[in-house]
Amino acid sequence: MSPTMFPLSRRGFLTGGALTVSFALAPKAFAQLAGGGEGGAGPAVVAPDLKGSLKSSPWLDAWIRIDADGQATVFTGKVELGQGIRTALLQVAAEELDIPPATVTLVTADTDRTPDEGLTAGSHSMQDSGTAIQNAAANVRMLLAAEAAKIWDLPAGQVGTGGDGRLHAPGGRTLSYGEVAARLSLHVQAMPDAPLRRPSDYRTLGRALPRVDIPAKLTGGAAYLHDMRLPGMLHARVVRGPSAGTGLQSPDLDTVARMPGVVKIVWQGGFLAVVAERQWTAIQALRHLQRATYARTTLPPLPADGSGDAVAATLKALPARDIPIMDTSDPAGPAVHSVKARYTRPWISHGSIGPSCAIAQYVDGTMTVWTHSQGTFDVRRVVAELVGLPPEKVHAIHAEGAGCYGQNGADDVAADAAVIAKALPGRPIRLQWMREQEFGWEPLGPGMMTELEAELGADNRIVSWRHAVWSNPHNNRPVGAGGVLAGNEADPPFPAPEGKPIPMPEGDGSRNSNPLYSFANTHVVYHFLKDMPARVSALRSLGAHLNVFSIESMLDELAAAAGIDPLAIRLDHMRDERAREVMQAAADRFGWPTRVKGDGRRGCGMAFARYKNLGAYCAVAMEVEIDRETGRTMVHRAVAAVDCGQPANPDGVRNQIEGALVQSLSWTGHEAVRFAADRRASFDWSSYPILRFDDVPGSVEVVVMDRPGAPFLGTAEAAQGPSAAALANAIADATGVRLRDMPLSPDRLKAALGPV
Amino acid sequence: MTVTITVNGTDHTLDVDPATPLLYVLRDDLELNGAKYGCGLGQCGACTVHIDGKPAFSCLTPVGAVAGRRIRTVEGLGSTQAPGLLQQAFETEQAAQCGYCIAGMLMRAQALLDRNPDPDEAQIRAHMQTNLCRCGTHMRILRAIRRAVAMRKGIQAAQEARP
Repeated sequence: MSPTMFPLSRRGFLTGGALTVSFALAPKAFAQLAGGGEGGAGPAVVAPDLKGSLKSSPWLDAWIRIDADGQATVFTGKVELGQGIRTALLQVAAEELDIPPATVTLVTADTDRTPDEGLTAGSHSMQDSGTAIQNAAANVRMLLAAEAAKIWDLPAGQVGTGGDGRLHAPGGRTLSYGEVAARLSLHVQAMPDAPLRRPSDYRTLGRALPRVDIPAKLTGGAAYLHDMRLPGMLHARVVRGPSAGTGLQSPDLDTVARMPGVVKIVWQGGFLAVVAERQWTAIQALRHLQRATYARTTLPPLPADGSGDAVAATLKALPARDIPIMDTSDPAGPAVHSVKARYTRPWISHGSIGPSCAIAQYVDGTMTVWTHSQGTFDVRRVVAELVGLPPEKVHAIHAEGAGCYGQNGADDVAADAAVIAKALPGRPIRLQWMREQEFGWEPLGPGMMTELEAELGADNRIVSWRHAVWSNPHNNRPVGAGGVLAGNEADPPFPAPEGKPIPMPEGDGSRNSNPLYSFANTHVVYHFLKDMPARVSALRSLGAHLNVFSIESMLDELAAAAGIDPLAIRLDHMRDERAREVMQAAADRFGWPTRVKGDGRRGCGMAFARYKNLGAYCAVAMEVEIDRETGRTMVHRAVAAVDCGQPANPDGVRNQIEGALVQSLSWTGHEAVRFAADRRASFDWSSYPILRFDDVPGSVEVVVMDRPGAPFLGTAEAAQGPSAAALANAIADATGVRLRDMPLSPDRLKAALGPV
Repeated sequence: MTVTITVNGTDHTLDVDPATPLLYVLRDDLELNGAKYGCGLGQCGACTVHIDGKPAFSCLTPVGAVAGRRIRTVEGLGSTQAPGLLQQAFETEQAAQCGYCIAGMLMRAQALLDRNPDPDEAQIRAHMQTNLCRCGTHMRILRAIRRAVAMRKGIQAAQEARP
């Protein structure tokens, strides 16, 4: 990877402290943060020379066990979120153990059984867990071969594997993995240099294996936490004000206490929940309690409306801490073209289709919590502090939920369920939030703004580039009781911790604000805003959505000013070969040179980013048609190219990129959380509309770059920024109108286009 | 009071408040996982089932209103061992990410195919408009429905070709 990496040493990354300066400048340390990279408590590094999460869990038997029948059980601290990681990790294990995938069972995050790999977030799972499992499996295969060699009294080099779960010696002798494994202890530390299988020999990795979780999801199998039914299970609903930062006043508990089927009202400090034998009873009780009036509690003022000016005014009114991100000074010629622009993104909901759910049961002093949080081990820490148990008395187990795309209500609802279970020992408590609760209480994706100013010289080289970004922290993941709503409601309350920025190179609001392109005189600053008008935390791609949108919009604005082709201006400023190849691959498949040229109605746009400048490379091109009567944008076709290193499962990669592209079109083209003076005002799918079938593209095509054996780079978030910018650029190409405030909605475009 | 409903061809007599939405009866009493709670408002389609052959939001339908009517859930289309044709098409296209919406998508699409075995692209999109997917799996869902149409035609052609 290093030969194609941008030469950082001449760029002077400044991320706000001596430690991070040296971090950014030292190539060896130029690795992503461990454990998901988006906060969370994360595991401690104990073996820095090992790869991926082996750094924190170096023992082979923490990852892989092989039983006497040769069945392998593989353990991961990452979780299935619908991204297909279960299948991808299973393929990695099968490949490097060299056994059929059907003989591998994968166990996902469980505080009693699996390594702590921190959060399943930040497109880290393949780097963290995929790399760990790959290297652990290579170690195990090496040990098995060595043991078999000992049995046969052969040099180790003469023992091979055949993909059939057997060790092979010359002359046709074989031994099963099971019988050899029975003679071995895998409670040994991984070696850093166990040889990996050659990509040309791959049997499982890089193949489009069908996902193992899909059949149950198509047939009503028990696929989700929501589907668990435990003996004696009760149904709970938690009661709060309509949105985070509000509280109910004097709810009518007396009436609810008399409702038949209500088992208990749990009222502790500011925490209120109702528990019933039947789910419908709990919902009716909730509806009665919700009739109480509410009041807004703390927090700075909410935006006046969804306009870009309101987003900007709200953010600029907050005290900022300025964090320098990048500052270079180069000799450059005079500017011929200069463009200055502001870009904004409103607050965006994760919008999980299934409201968050958890089950908790408190028996004999031990709390068991089934959770679809991205941080199973953090759920244990949060619950332990919240209900006053030692962490070893809290067992958190991941079970799948609906897609979350960041921190939705999953962590809160798990904590809620545990508080209720503690008050009602013995019986399992199933708690699901209602639709309006998910919209009202989950942490939103933060509203953001950027101001960019760029200059182009006579030779069409960019001679100066300034990028300022204003954002709340995107990393408010709970690691203790203060991070969840129930903790803030406890008596005495656990205070919410102050928000902190994620340092570069990953960044949060600053993520991808440092362009991968080589521009002269680049100045990037992050105006970090710790005070949050609305409750916010991580949403897929964090600040990269707006930062990439801004950079890639500005490049097209410059290109338009100078009459340069958008692909040419990008390639002219890009030295990273893999980045160039991805852009070229997308352009070739799209037919960029012969594309429809902007004619007032139709047009094309493209954009590129390397996620975090460390992860997957992704370029997107799309063709749009505008209905000038309504302002509606129809995406006729979209093409994405992605380089995520060795793809574990190319169809899984395509599925993720297709989904990310469509989701980004929804965010960028349609979505904004609405606010009233004292609360959020988006509570359902009519007050928070998202893309439906009539607005999805005519076609989406994904080119997956073949990078045999290259390190895993992750995939899930790579397309969010490029898709957003490609849409804006295509609209600008089609109409000549540049929309800079998300959402690029039909009413805004119609207003900008003026009378037909 | 008791209510008798017919689900996937089997009668069930239940002691339940007739105002209870069908969704909770399917999930909690009959232990069928397919229909999902998404919004409780008929806005997302995750709870879609068939009532007398027509797609319906089970989250908005009181169980008392469907006594004696034919209810079909995704479990009635097939199983992992013997998936129905539309389920096979979704499997082939790998048309799911988180999959929470998918049972509703299948029931919505099946209702179209039951009524119109050869819908065009515009008809498919218009029909699927009521159902939300957040993962952005729309392109694959559309491909899977088109595949199911083609599979059915292939089966029909093979049957017609038989002597």
